[in-house]
Amino acid sequence: MAENSVPLPGSIDLTRSRGYAPTVLERLHGWLVTVDHKRLGILYVTYGILFLLVGGAEAIAIRIQLAVPRNDFISAQVYNRFFTMHGTTMVFLVGMTIIFGFANYLVPLQIGARDMAFPRLNAFSFWLTAFGGLLLYYSFIGGSGLSGAGSAPDVGWFAYAPLTARAFSPGHSTDYWALALIVSGFGTLGTAINIVTTVLSMRCKGMTMMRLPLFTWLMLVDSGLTLITITPLTAAQIMLLIDRYLGGHFFDTQAGGSAVAWMHFFWIFGHPEVYVLVLPAFAIANEVIPVFSRKAIFGYPAMVAASVGIAFISLSVWAHHMFTVGMTSFSNAFFVLSTELVGIPTGIKIFNWLATIWGGKIRFATPMLFAIAFLFQFLIAGLTGIMLSIAPWNWQLHNSYFVIAHFHYVLVGAIVFCIFAGVYYWYPKVTGRMLNDTLGKWHFWLFLIGFHVTFDTMHFLGILGMPRSIYTYEPDRGWKTLNMITSAGGIIQGIAVLIFAFNLFWSYFHGEPAGDDPWDAWTLEWQTSSPPPVYNFAQDPVVRSRRPLWDLKHPEDPDWEYEG
Amino acid sequence: MYSIGCAISILMHRSILSTFSSAVLWITANSTQASPSLMAPASTPAHEIQKLAWFTLSITGGIFFVVAGLLTYAVIKYRAKEADRLSEPAQIYGSTQIELAWTVIPVLIVIVLFLTAARLIFAIQDAPEPESAVDVTVIGHQFWWEFRYPKLGIVTANELHVPLSSSEAPVPTYLSLLSSDVDHSFWVPQLAGKTDLIPNHPNATWIDPLRPGLYVGQCAQFCGAQHAMMLLRVYVDTPEEFSAWVKNQQQQAVQDPAVAGGQRVFETEACINCHAIRGTVATGRFGPDLTHLMSRETLGAGAAPNTAENLRAWIKNPGTFKNGCLMPAMQLEAPQINQITEYLATLR
Amino acid sequence: MSATTGMPAAYEGQWRLPPRGKVGMSSLIVGESAIFTIFVVAYVFYIGKSLSGPTPRQVLEVPIFATICLLSSSFTVWMAERAIRRNRVSTFALWLGGTICLGLVFLGGTAIEWHKLIYQDRLTISTNLFGTTYYSLVGLHATHVVIGLLMLTIVFLFAVTRRVRGQHAERITVLSMYWHFVDAVWVVVFTVVYVIGR
Repeated sequence: MAENSVPLPGSIDLTRSRGYAPTVLERLHGWLVTVDHKRLGILYVTYGILFLLVGGAEAIAIRIQLAVPRNDFISAQVYNRFFTMHGTTMVFLVGMTIIFGFANYLVPLQIGARDMAFPRLNAFSFWLTAFGGLLLYYSFIGGSGLSGAGSAPDVGWFAYAPLTARAFSPGHSTDYWALALIVSGFGTLGTAINIVTTVLSMRCKGMTMMRLPLFTWLMLVDSGLTLITITPLTAAQIMLLIDRYLGGHFFDTQAGGSAVAWMHFFWIFGHPEVYVLVLPAFAIANEVIPVFSRKAIFGYPAMVAASVGIAFISLSVWAHHMFTVGMTSFSNAFFVLSTELVGIPTGIKIFNWLATIWGGKIRFATPMLFAIAFLFQFLIAGLTGIMLSIAPWNWQLHNSYFVIAHFHYVLVGAIVFCIFAGVYYWYPKVTGRMLNDTLGKWHFWLFLIGFHVTFDTMHFLGILGMPRSIYTYEPDRGWKTLNMITSAGGIIQGIAVLIFAFNLFWSYFHGEPAGDDPWDAWTLEWQTSSPPPVYNFAQDPVVRSRRPLWDLKHPEDPDWEYEG
Repeated sequence: MYSIGCAISILMHRSILSTFSSAVLWITANSTQASPSLMAPASTPAHEIQKLAWFTLSITGGIFFVVAGLLTYAVIKYRAKEADRLSEPAQIYGSTQIELAWTVIPVLIVIVLFLTAARLIFAIQDAPEPESAVDVTVIGHQFWWEFRYPKLGIVTANELHVPLSSSEAPVPTYLSLLSSDVDHSFWVPQLAGKTDLIPNHPNATWIDPLRPGLYVGQCAQFCGAQHAMMLLRVYVDTPEEFSAWVKNQQQQAVQDPAVAGGQRVFETEACINCHAIRGTVATGRFGPDLTHLMSRETLGAGAAPNTAENLRAWIKNPGTFKNGCLMPAMQLEAPQINQITEYLATLR
Repeated sequence: MSATTGMPAAYEGQWRLPPRGKVGMSSLIVGESAIFTIFVVAYVFYIGKSLSGPTPRQVLEVPIFATICLLSSSFTVWMAERAIRRNRVSTFALWLGGTICLGLVFLGGTAIEWHKLIYQDRLTISTNLFGTTYYSLVGLHATHVVIGLLMLTIVFLFAVTRRVRGQHAERITVLSMYWHFVDAVWVVVFTVVYVIGR
C-alpha cells in the first residue's frame, strides 16, 4: 500500500506542504493549468455531467411538446433546434467527454503508470473539447447572419445535405455545428492518441498486453477506433464548410454533387461512433461485474478478441442507416449481413458476462444494480438492432420512433447505466468517500422505472407509424396516449438524475470515508490511496497476473498459476 | 440485498413480457383507418414485410427469453448469502468449448435471418413492373408533395389516388421519386416501406393496395422547419371511383363567370409566380397545382381541413397553420383575399 | 508491503516497451490517413461527373519536377536522421536544410501550378466538381507540407544554434516519420489526381 511503503530516493512527494491552505484563486488556477491525468479526468466527467443536465432539459422540453398532439409549448423552429442540440450534446459533449474522462483517470492507475504518455497534450485536448462545446452553445445567443436567420443548429444531429447548404440553411446555425465539432474533434483525436500511446508504452513491469485489466484493453481498442472514426466526420465537415463559404460543390446537387455522399461520409463516422460510445460501457461492466460476483471474468481472451472484432466489423456496417436511400439490392443485402455479423461478438460478450455471474456470490451494491440492469437492457437493445438490420423491415422502421427507442436503449439503457455503475464504483477512489447508499437506491429505481416507461413505450409508437423529428402530430393517428406515457417517464428520469447530481455533491462533504479498497477489488487502482497521491504509486508496481491484488490477497491461490 | 436483485430481474422479465404481449395485441387490433400501423398492412409489400417482421420477432423473442431467463436464474440463484461472505466462490477462467458453442449457434441464426431478408429485398426492390401498372411521379418539395400521372396528364398535390389492386388482377402503382430541394421520404406504413426522395438521385417504389380506403402517412426524412406538417393521404379507389377521379382531374379548371373578378385578382397578384391552374395563364410550378384544389380534403399538406374559412385564413397568412412554410403572407387587402377565396372555392 | 508478489530478478532487465514518440506519431498518422482517405474517395467518386468547366485532361500538367523534389526530401531527411544519430550536428543541419529547400521547391511548384489554373484556365474551387475536389485534396496535402516545413525549420534553427544533440535523435525520428507520411500521401494524391483522374 502506498502509504506504508518506504519512499525511495526520487519518489518523495514534493508537492506543497500542508503548512498553509491555498486560496480559492490558487485552487482554481491549479485546476486550470493542470496536466495531471486525474484532475483532467475529473474535469472531463464533471463537464459531461453538467451537459447531461443541459441535454436532459432539452429532452424534457421535447417530451412536454409531444405529450399532447398539436401542442404549442414550443414552436417548430425552437423544437428543431432542441432536438438537434439534444442529440449533438449527448453524443459529443456528454458521451465522448465522460468516457474519455473515465479513461483519463483510470488507465494510468490500472497500468501502474505515473501519468498519461503526453500530459500537456492531455490538457490541451481537454480544453479544445471544452471550448468546442461552449462554441456550440454560444450559437443560442450568437450572431444571426445577414439574413437575420440563425441561432442554434436546427438541421438534426446528422445534418443531412442539401438541407445544410447555404440555400436551405441561411445564417450561421449550421456553421456553429460544424465548427464546434471540428474543434472538439481535434481534442478527441489528441486524447485518443494519448490513450493508445499510454497503454502501449507506459505499462508497469510484468503487465503484458494479455494481463491488462479489461477496462484498459477496451479503452485501447476504443481509442484506436476513435482515430479512424472521428476523422471522417472532420473531413466531411470541412467539405461542408468549403461548400458553404468557398462555393464548393461537394454536396451541391445542382452542380452534380451527391447528397448521398454526405450520408456515406457521415455514417462512416456515425456508426463506428456508437461503438466508440458503447465499448467504454463494456469496459466498465468488465470491472464491475466480476468484482461484485466475486469471480474472475469468464473468457478473458475471448472478451479481448470479441472487442477487437466488434471494432473491426463496426467499420463495415454504416449503410444500414441508408437502407431507404435507393442503394442496389446487393448493397442492401451486404449491409444486412455485415450488421448481423457484428451482433455475434457482441452476443459473445453478453454470454461471457452471464458465465461470470454464474456460480458467483453476487453482492447487490449500487454499482451492481446498474450493471445487472445494463445486461438485460443491452440484450434487448441488441435484439432490436437485429430487427432493424433486416432491410425490408427497416424500410418501415427507419426514421420512426422504433429507431429512437432502439438507440436510446443503447445510449441510456446500456451506456448511461454503465456510466452510473462506474461512478458509484470509482467515486470512492476519486474522492475518498462513498456515495450515499439510500440516495443511490432511489436514483437506481426511479431511473429504471422512468427509463422503461419511456423507452419501452416508444417502440410501439414506431410500430404505429410515428416518424421522428416532428414537432407535433395529428390527434387522429392514435399516438396520443403512448406519447403521454413516454413523456411521463421522462419526468421520472429527470428526477432520478437530479437525485444523482445531488448525491455527487452531498457525498463529497458528508459521505462515509472509503479507504483504499472499499469493494475488495483486484486491479491496481485499488492499491493506492483514495484519492491517490499526485504521483499515483510511490514505487512502480510489478505484476504477474491479470488481478495483482487477488494474488496479494490470496497468496495460496494466485491467478498466475491458472492463467495460460 | 439479494431480494433487491431478485426483484429487479423478475421485474424486468415479467413486466417486459406482459407489457409486450398485451401491447402487441392492442396494436394489431388498432388498425382503424387513421392509425398507420405497420401491423395493419393493406398492400403486398407491407404484407410481406409484416410476415418477415413476425418471423424475425419470433427468433429474437426466442433469444430474449432464453438469455434473459438464464440471467434471471443466475441473479437469483447465485446471490451472496450472509453466511458465506468470507469465502470466495470457485474461480473459473473460461472454456474453449463453451465459447465455440455460443459462437457457432449465433452464426447459424445469422445465416437464416440473412437469407430470409435477402430473399425479400430482391423480391421487393427488383420486382418487374407489369403493363397494367399506374405510373406516378412524386416530387418532394419543402413542405408538400407534387404528384404527376404522366400517362394520364394529371398534376395534383398532397393527396394521392390509386386504383385498387388484387392478386387475380394486379394493378400496382409504381412511384418514381424525385426531389426539387432537400431530402424527403415517402412513407405510408400500411402500403409499403419508405423510400427517400433525394435531389439528383431518382428512386422508385411500388404499392399494390388490396383494400380500398384512406391510408395516411407523412414525410419521414427531416426536411426543415415544417417537416412535421408534410402529411400524406393516399386514397385507394375502386375502379369506378378511380376512373371518375381521373376524369375530373384531367379537366381544365372550372371557369365560373361569377368569380371572374377573383380570377383576375389571382392572376395579377403574383400568385401565378408559384401556382398553376390549367386553362388559365397561371403556370407556376414552385407551389402546388390548384386546378382542382377543392377536390382535396386538406390544405397545406394536411395543415388544416379544406374549408372556406381555413382557405381565407391560409391565403391571408399561411404561417397561422404552418409557420415556416415557403408560401409568404402576401399582404393582400381583405377584399382581395375574399375574392381570391371565392374564386379558388370553385375549383373542384 | 511491496506492491505485488516479488518478481524474479531476471525479469527486471527485459521489460521493453515501444517508445512513446513513435507510438504517438503512428497514431496521429493513422488518424490523418483517415481524413485523407475521405478526400481521396470524394475525388475519385466525382471523376467525370462535373457538369461543366475545364476537365483534368484539359488543364493539369503532371508536376514531375516538384514530385521528384518532394520524394527526394524523404531521402535527405533520412540522411539527416542518420547524421544526428551519430551526433554529427553540422551534417545534420545541412541535410535538414536540404530537406526544407526541397519542400519549399515543391510548394513553389504547387503555387505556380495554381496560379496558372486560376488565372489562365479559370479553374477555382467553385468552378465545378473537379475544381472543388482538386483544390481541397491538393490543398489539404499542401497544408500538411506547410506544417511539416514549419516544424523542420524550428528544428533547423535549434540545430544551427547548437541546441540539438545526438540524444535528441529519437525525437528527430518522430518528426521524420511525419515527413515520410506527407510524402507517402503525395504518392497517393499524385496517382489519383494526375494519373488515374486524367
